[in-house]
Amino acid sequence: MDRLDELEAQSVYILREAYNRIEPLAMLWSLGKDSNVMLWLARKAFFGNVPFPVMHVDTGKKFKEMYAFRDRYAAEWKLDFHREECPPIDAVDPSLPPAARSAARKTEGLRTAIAKYELRAVIAGIRRDEQATRAKERVFSPRDETGQWDFRDQPPEFWDQYKTDFPPGAHIRIHPLLHWTELDIWLYTRREGIPIVPLYFARDGKRYRSLGDEDITHPIDSDAATLDDVIAELQTTKTAERAGRAMDHEREDAFERLRATGYM
Amino acid sequence: MSEDSTTLPEDATENLALTGEEETVGERALHRIVIVGHVDHGKSSLIGRLLHDTDSLPPGKFEELKEVSARRGMDVEWSFVLDAFQAERDQAVTIDTTQIWFKTALRDYVIIDAPGHREFLKNMVSGAASADAAIMVVDAEEGVREQSRRHAYLLHLLGVQQIAVVINKMDLVDYSQARFEEVSRQISDYLKSIGSVPLVIVPISARGGDNIAGRSERTPWYDGPTVISTLDGFHGHPGIGAQPLRMPIQDVYKFDARRILAGRIESGAISVGDTVLFSPSNKTAKVRSIEAWPQNSASDTAAAGESVGITLVEQLFVERGEVVSHMENPPRLGTTFHARLFWLGHKPLKVGDSYKLKLLTQEAEVRVKSIERIVDTQTLQNSAGDAVERNAVAEVTLYSRQVLALDDYGDLSRTGRFVLVEDYDTVGGGVIFMEGLPDQRQAITVKSTNVISVEHNLTADSRAARNGHHGGVLWFTGLSGAGKSTLAMEVEQRLFAKGYQVYVLDGDNVRRGLNANLGFSPEDRTENIRRVGEAAALFADSGIICITAFISPYRVDRDRARASAPGRFHEIFIKADVATCEQRDPKGLYKKARAGEIPQFTGISAPYEPPESPDLVVDTAAEDVTESVGRIIRYIEDAFTLKKRAD
Repeated sequence: MDRLDELEAQSVYILREAYNRIEPLAMLWSLGKDSNVMLWLARKAFFGNVPFPVMHVDTGKKFKEMYAFRDRYAAEWKLDFHREECPPIDAVDPSLPPAARSAARKTEGLRTAIAKYELRAVIAGIRRDEQATRAKERVFSPRDETGQWDFRDQPPEFWDQYKTDFPPGAHIRIHPLLHWTELDIWLYTRREGIPIVPLYFARDGKRYRSLGDEDITHPIDSDAATLDDVIAELQTTKTAERAGRAMDHEREDAFERLRATGYM
Repeated sequence: MSEDSTTLPEDATENLALTGEEETVGERALHRIVIVGHVDHGKSSLIGRLLHDTDSLPPGKFEELKEVSARRGMDVEWSFVLDAFQAERDQAVTIDTTQIWFKTALRDYVIIDAPGHREFLKNMVSGAASADAAIMVVDAEEGVREQSRRHAYLLHLLGVQQIAVVINKMDLVDYSQARFEEVSRQISDYLKSIGSVPLVIVPISARGGDNIAGRSERTPWYDGPTVISTLDGFHGHPGIGAQPLRMPIQDVYKFDARRILAGRIESGAISVGDTVLFSPSNKTAKVRSIEAWPQNSASDTAAAGESVGITLVEQLFVERGEVVSHMENPPRLGTTFHARLFWLGHKPLKVGDSYKLKLLTQEAEVRVKSIERIVDTQTLQNSAGDAVERNAVAEVTLYSRQVLALDDYGDLSRTGRFVLVEDYDTVGGGVIFMEGLPDQRQAITVKSTNVISVEHNLTADSRAARNGHHGGVLWFTGLSGAGKSTLAMEVEQRLFAKGYQVYVLDGDNVRRGLNANLGFSPEDRTENIRRVGEAAALFADSGIICITAFISPYRVDRDRARASAPGRFHEIFIKADVATCEQRDPKGLYKKARAGEIPQFTGISAPYEPPESPDLVVDTAAEDVTESVGRIIRYIEDAFTLKKRAD
């Protein structure tokens, strides 16, 4: 087994544990490169089926290429697809900086969706190498009734025995890609031939390395126009993946504050 | 060699050239390294320094680090690299396991930073359990401390076999070789005492960058590897593929016409056409296919580490929790096992308490039968106790009502370990030892084939009508010296006198013939009881009241005997405590057991599982033989005698 085989086998194991132990649950599909890999892994785990709902919590502010991608593959992959609305921006804490406020809006949209379907768990495609706070995450990560993440008192997680017992009202985030790196995602996308939103590839000297809302995501300078180019670029860069995400720069602890209240 | 022991900044590259491995996209190996050690011995600083020295910090991070450190009135504080949290920065304590990526010329690494504070054991465990290797940081000035020993012990318990030690803060001891050797000896001695060996011991200063990436001029007396070449010298995964097959069933899918058993292969390999054994159900079947998606990626064979799905030729009802193996080298079956465990629960673990066991994909309720010893990881002294407190390590015996598929940790580490859950939380983890315990498999395997039941022309009713009573089994169980044989012989005599057809099976008449080929190993004892159960059932079939007088300490053995004589099995608990039995000691066996002459003696060095709902309890410590016999006779007359009815 090479490194990608090992990553894949571990993620498949996690997805199968989630599906067997926790119900009802749904997978979050942000339309980005990570959640595309996650969906692909779910199809692997369940032999071509995705046996739970796949949700896009839509801010309405994504790129048009992303919407086109979503509609095509939701149909082609026969997903049990659900688009969930976010509340209007006016309803969100105006004291937050703009990008963090926008993220908080998405958090609220997710919270509404979780309540609507009475979901016990959502599966999300975060990775430990994305951001220092995410490095502290667990694969099965409990939230309390208000969606709060208590990073100081996380359950022990070892020998692939995940936390699968919860008091009533508790909610859980499941992270099957936690152990992957950004480069792993691209290498796997290339190996498996997983479709991807074309915005990741350079046009006119710019490309998106990470995709969020159109108004708060900025492209990076790059000539990487193909998968091979992107992989070659990543093997040399030392710039953080989320450098193009405005909210990560607003305050030292902006991310953590968001996360504690339920932001992915 | 020592001539060249000045700075060798490229020694990682040198290593690469030595192994002759080429860097290929997607094929760079990833190693998981855990860094442990006593609080403030410099784990986080080492990591910060490693990132800097392997050129893995993002641009501007070093400048930011200098700035943040200056703001707090410090020199460059390398540990700030890791301090993602504001809260953490303010406390200057690492809160949780953190994962950090970096690469050498040879391969990629994930560092798991495990905190040194005692109350954060669970985070250390979460980080260390998945590591390929460990680096233990020891402060040159302070030497080996409480957490150094504790972490070393836990690494060993968690199965992390490759351990390197770095003696940090050599700058504070003037790079003294004598001090280095002294501290090296401390840690080596401790590691040896727990059965572990450090691969290498490196004198470093994380602050000064000595012997991290390149060899330092300040330790000219040291000519061993640097930290980075030590990392590159760790091995990959051991050959789990060559071990016996273990594939725990995770789920059974019926998305289409296929019935797919899904699971991950923990060890060994499986191929289409293999005959496989399911445990604990003990069913067998042939593998029809190994399924995959996309379907063109399916293969005829799969090996350790792969998450797969199989279909079977036979339609078999198996569920999550069953373990797939080959017929050779299957897991053991048992209800009782010994474990060495670390305890994370806020409430102490106590004898008699119940927990949910998670062992591979099996779940079962287990009870703590006994606590053999509590291990002080400092002194390695054992102490007795009836409770295991949070953060302690202990050796215990656990009992499950249902039969489990188990491996001894020494045989197969991945399937010989478990966690315990209380309420909703994981409260402990442990590894399994099966020494001295019976494998129940032999006892449930029907080896003969082509066996067809033949119907008698006589019915049980007609036999009972002639005898005036039903046939059945009276199964006496209890400690040696409780009075089983005495009572059985008395009862037999009294019943015979009353006209009953009755016969006693006891050790003497069984071991001389039927079981002459059996010794006293746990397996043989189980087989002994199995045969007695089957023989007693035949006596019962023939209309006779059969009394058996065997210690039969295991519930599972008695349950099996009950299953052999369904509806006609009466469990009689001949009750007397160990102290009483030891005082009687009619055969002098307790004395010998106490002297260590009889190993695995029930009640002394082996467990006795009392019946949970016996049909009759005869307390021989509280009543005399006449009273006891009277009660048993009344019970039998009541249960076995044909009722005389008016019609």
